[in-house]
Amino acid sequence: MGLLSDPNRRRALISLLTRLNAPICVVCYMAGVAWFMGLAFEPFTLRTYMSENAMGSTMVEERFPAGERALATGREFSAHKKKAGGMPVDWLVKTMQSQGLEVFTQRFSRTLPFPDENKERYMVKGTNVYGILRAPRAPRTEALVLSASCIPGDNNNQAVGLLLGLAQYFRNQVYWAKDIIFLVNEHDLIGMQAWLEGYHHTNTTGMDWSPLQGRGGSIQAALSLELSSDVITSLDLVLEGLNGQLPNLDLANLFYAFCQKIGVLCTTQGKLQRNDWDSVSGYSHAVQTMMLMVMKQASGRPWGDHGLFLRYHIEAATIKGINSFRQYKTDITTIGRLMEGMYRKLNNLLERLHQSYFFYLMPSLSHFVSIGYYMPAFGLLAVILLLRALDLWVQLASPPPRTEDGFVDPEQMSSPGVLSVLTPLVISHLTGVALYTLPIRFQEMAVEHFPVSETEAVVLTAIAVYTAGLALPHNTHRLLSGGGTEQGWKVLKMVAVLYLAVLLGCTALINFSLGFILALTLVPVAAFVTPHAPKALSAFVLVILSPACTLLFSVFFFQELQEMPISFLDGWMLYLSVISQGILDHCLYGSLVYPLIALLVYPCWLLFWNILFWK
Amino acid sequence: MAAHRCSYSALLLIVCSLSVFSVADSQETTLAGDHHDTAVDDNPRTDTVTAEQTAEQPAVDQRRWEATEVEEATLDDADTDTRDSIPPETAVPSSVPHPKDDFQEELVIRPLHSGDIYASFQFRTLWETDFMRGNKVSHYRLFPKSLGQVISKFSVRELHISFTQGYWRTMQWGQPFQPSPPGAELWVWFQDSVTDVDGTWKELTNVLSGIFCASLNFIDSTNTVQPSASFKPLGIGNVTDHRFLRYAILPREIVCTENLTPWKKLLPCGSKAGLAVLLKSEKLFHSSFHSQAVHIRPVCQDWQCKTTSWELRQTLNVVFDLHTPGQGKREWSLFKMFSRTLTEACPLASSSKIYIDITDDPQGEQFEVSPATPLLSQAMVLGDRRTFSVYDLTQQLTFGTARSLNLLIRWKSSEGEMLRPLLHAERYVAGYGLQTGEIHTLMYNNHPYRSFPVLLLDSVPWYLRLYIHTLTVTSKGKDNKPSYIHYQPSKDRVRPHLLEMLVQLPPNSVTEVTVQFERALLKWTEYTPDPNHGFYVGSSVISSLVPSIVAMDTNSTQERPLFSSFFPCKEESSYFVRVYTEPLLVNLPTPDFSMPYNVICLTCTVVAVGYGSLYNLLTRSFQIEEPSPGLAKRIANVIRKMRGVPPL
Repeated sequence: MGLLSDPNRRRALISLLTRLNAPICVVCYMAGVAWFMGLAFEPFTLRTYMSENAMGSTMVEERFPAGERALATGREFSAHKKKAGGMPVDWLVKTMQSQGLEVFTQRFSRTLPFPDENKERYMVKGTNVYGILRAPRAPRTEALVLSASCIPGDNNNQAVGLLLGLAQYFRNQVYWAKDIIFLVNEHDLIGMQAWLEGYHHTNTTGMDWSPLQGRGGSIQAALSLELSSDVITSLDLVLEGLNGQLPNLDLANLFYAFCQKIGVLCTTQGKLQRNDWDSVSGYSHAVQTMMLMVMKQASGRPWGDHGLFLRYHIEAATIKGINSFRQYKTDITTIGRLMEGMYRKLNNLLERLHQSYFFYLMPSLSHFVSIGYYMPAFGLLAVILLLRALDLWVQLASPPPRTEDGFVDPEQMSSPGVLSVLTPLVISHLTGVALYTLPIRFQEMAVEHFPVSETEAVVLTAIAVYTAGLALPHNTHRLLSGGGTEQGWKVLKMVAVLYLAVLLGCTALINFSLGFILALTLVPVAAFVTPHAPKALSAFVLVILSPACTLLFSVFFFQELQEMPISFLDGWMLYLSVISQGILDHCLYGSLVYPLIALLVYPCWLLFWNILFWK
Repeated sequence: MAAHRCSYSALLLIVCSLSVFSVADSQETTLAGDHHDTAVDDNPRTDTVTAEQTAEQPAVDQRRWEATEVEEATLDDADTDTRDSIPPETAVPSSVPHPKDDFQEELVIRPLHSGDIYASFQFRTLWETDFMRGNKVSHYRLFPKSLGQVISKFSVRELHISFTQGYWRTMQWGQPFQPSPPGAELWVWFQDSVTDVDGTWKELTNVLSGIFCASLNFIDSTNTVQPSASFKPLGIGNVTDHRFLRYAILPREIVCTENLTPWKKLLPCGSKAGLAVLLKSEKLFHSSFHSQAVHIRPVCQDWQCKTTSWELRQTLNVVFDLHTPGQGKREWSLFKMFSRTLTEACPLASSSKIYIDITDDPQGEQFEVSPATPLLSQAMVLGDRRTFSVYDLTQQLTFGTARSLNLLIRWKSSEGEMLRPLLHAERYVAGYGLQTGEIHTLMYNNHPYRSFPVLLLDSVPWYLRLYIHTLTVTSKGKDNKPSYIHYQPSKDRVRPHLLEMLVQLPPNSVTEVTVQFERALLKWTEYTPDPNHGFYVGSSVISSLVPSIVAMDTNSTQERPLFSSFFPCKEESSYFVRVYTEPLLVNLPTPDFSMPYNVICLTCTVVAVGYGSLYNLLTRSFQIEEPSPGLAKRIANVIRKMRGVPPL
């Protein structure tokens, strides 16, 4: 800082930064991307290790014997489900009661803002059934949750069967110190949302639910089970929750440790771990796994039933059984033993899981990248924005004698001054508000006038509003009396760049993946857009790098990563459904990605669009 | 307004007086009949008579009449609640030099509808002495000396202490004989001669902590309250100035064998003989619920109540889990549950009995008790008329030829609906995040048509800052205004919140009491060693006079004389119940203690380097400094100054 308090040296430093601004920015961008790609390289990452002492040193035995019976229960459940045409509430209540649990039910109903075409539901009504296994001599202060959802069709019956089998087995054990709640939720996430809101007596999304009758105190951890076949080849761990929240890394470590102990193949993002990190294919495998995690986390949606627990500070994960064509199969007894082991260790917890990381990326189940390692990648991108802002500031300040009060100096700017910055800001944000509110508000009107379904109406309105926003600069130009000046766009750009820097910085702190993906596309736009560039080319680049196109590329990229490439038309359909799912996630579970894009990122991008067409 | 207050105080009086009876209820009414005609020695005979009578219908009415009479008597004279249990020879005027003492033991076993077994031990020592009259009591026989000294040293009038591991599941198990909250609970009434109550209380808790090997020394001003209405003296005396009452609860206390051993040592026979041989810790702590308590109070010596004696009641309640998967055979026996059988009564005991609750199974359809006993007894317990099989351990006959008693209960079927408990309550924390939250207390009145008032006592630690203006009480969707609220706000690090209120519960309803709170940020030394476990908030206490189950039964299916059933009988119309809610575990905002050094270093660096220099840059004005002139120039300037011309 001594460097800065000496005016001469300060001047020299600033002139260096302004002279070499463009090359430095380019280098930073490359370095940021390179750093990020390097994160998946195994020698640069840390091995996972169990931080929680209560789960580490205490060995537990797994003795769950009743896999076959669990499968039989699952078949019985399936039969009753078919008969009842939904959740077989009575049968579940009776079964759980006969196992010696305290059984309660919760009814809920929710009308979606528009029909969900993926899951074909609109007016949702359902019942959650849960049984509480009371721990002996425990005062109902702590609980663990095991959940499986009741899905129409032939899916997940084995999970419910295993859940009931585990309940029966756990009931006869003496070592429980925490109550265990066995939850069968209907309508997957909606039911889970209703149950969690009921349990914590909050109402964030305007759902109707009947109050819960029985509770087990504060929930320490939760696992949610997805099993659709009698035998499996591997178990997949899903961590990504609502708004990109992740459970404590110790939960992933616990799962990995037990998979190793029992000898079950385990995956994350559906990718097996490979040992050849030094080969190109091994590295690219790790990159794929990590990129999948980044994409899923950036989407901000819960990728399993566990995702909603995280809001309540409950560490949760989904364990998904995968049955592929591999030779080696694992039977359900083994999965039961794995669950038993995990629950016994969670039962040993003295404190909430807090020792390990909450912010991490996983290139494989045995390695992780902590926040200290991945943040520099984002920091290198964000510093570009600051450099550009500095450059503009110097440009604004240097040619005439320096003024003290910054960019809004009425003497300097012959034309409107504050108004020239404020008008585009306000207008672009109003467009953002329109993008946020109109799609749902006007769906009925759109359905009346156009031959589309409600869902299509919502998505197409959103796209229409988004595109209409591009017409903005001409309107602002007409509003501003004297037209823009050279100073004007620079001031506006500096404001926009700083705004973007703050916005991306905050986003990356909460959801690194989202912040990083947005920074990857928006930072180049923000850095190099000027009114003097060739209009057509710049406009094309700007549109290509806009948030909506970023989403479109992400959809294709995600499919590519999952090794399920799709044609452009299918991709477009998927893109439309992703938009509708994003809006639904916001309305149903309170996901923040849609409002963030619509209310903040899109207006910010519009400012750059505005600068491009500055006259 | 005046009338309002008047009705309130009348109600309080009833709560207080009835609370006296109901605790004693469980055993006294049993002996009621004996008191009326003959002495304790004749017990078997009268019980046999009762048993014969229960076979026929009129006997029930006679029994009812007896119970009624007792209740009336107790209502007439508030101080006679224990008279009938005093053996007749003690009623002889004090010609004997020693003060008399007397010891009784009993075990009540109740098969619960949930399939569990509830075993309740009670040991009572009565001592005709007075610790208070200045005369030094030095000769102890049955009464434990350690407690006697505590009473006289700290001028204790009444002392109730309980250690509980587990939560009583009211909805599955019904009401317990002695309710107690999870953890440790201590409440003490001091004599009105005590001047420094807080100091005495502090000393007393430390002494008790030593006697019971428990962490009672953690009781300090931050968790002690003075309830104004909920806890009234259970013994004789009508001083109800709550300045002399202290109440504290330690929800985190873990109860284990180290607490059981000192408790057992207070018994006259220790665990050597009598019912106490069953108290094997490895079996007692292999249960769903375990609660042990000590109650000391002054009681009347005889029905005239001219002199008082001290009663020490040690109780131990255990619920065993008999769950068997599938259609397995359910069986319970003394040996299976306690790994002991009984061979004798405690030789020092004047009475030693086992009661088995067979009310739900009068014809022996559901379960079978062996060996069978001819003795039956009836009692009003918690507003319900119960029938018990009685085994008198003082009779050699009870032990049979094997010289040991191993009670066995064998279930034949497991049907049976439990009557829902009329009053139960639950509590939870609502909301998420670490800033605010809301405590919800739900109180259920399951009575189909009668409303009754309850006293709710909430003692919340100071680190949950209650927003008392957000207090709402709603029943059936409507605002339910409490007729009495006593609120004492907390002081940080000094005392907890105390909230007491009298709420009328409408029939067949749920009343919800909610209050919002903010979580305080503690100083870093105030966190427990395991701060991420959370902080406990003790159970709230709900005390109430609940309408009796017997009185509820209007469309009586039982055959009764018509004249007996027109007015619902007043004596049995209500009984006292205390319900404890579950304690709460609340997470407070917790810093990451694993890296204080890093945090200190980082903050210091950021403040010193980053902020300091930035502030410097922003506030200082910079000027280009002239290079200092050379020596010649300075001399020239001096000369020019002297000449009066401006310097170079």
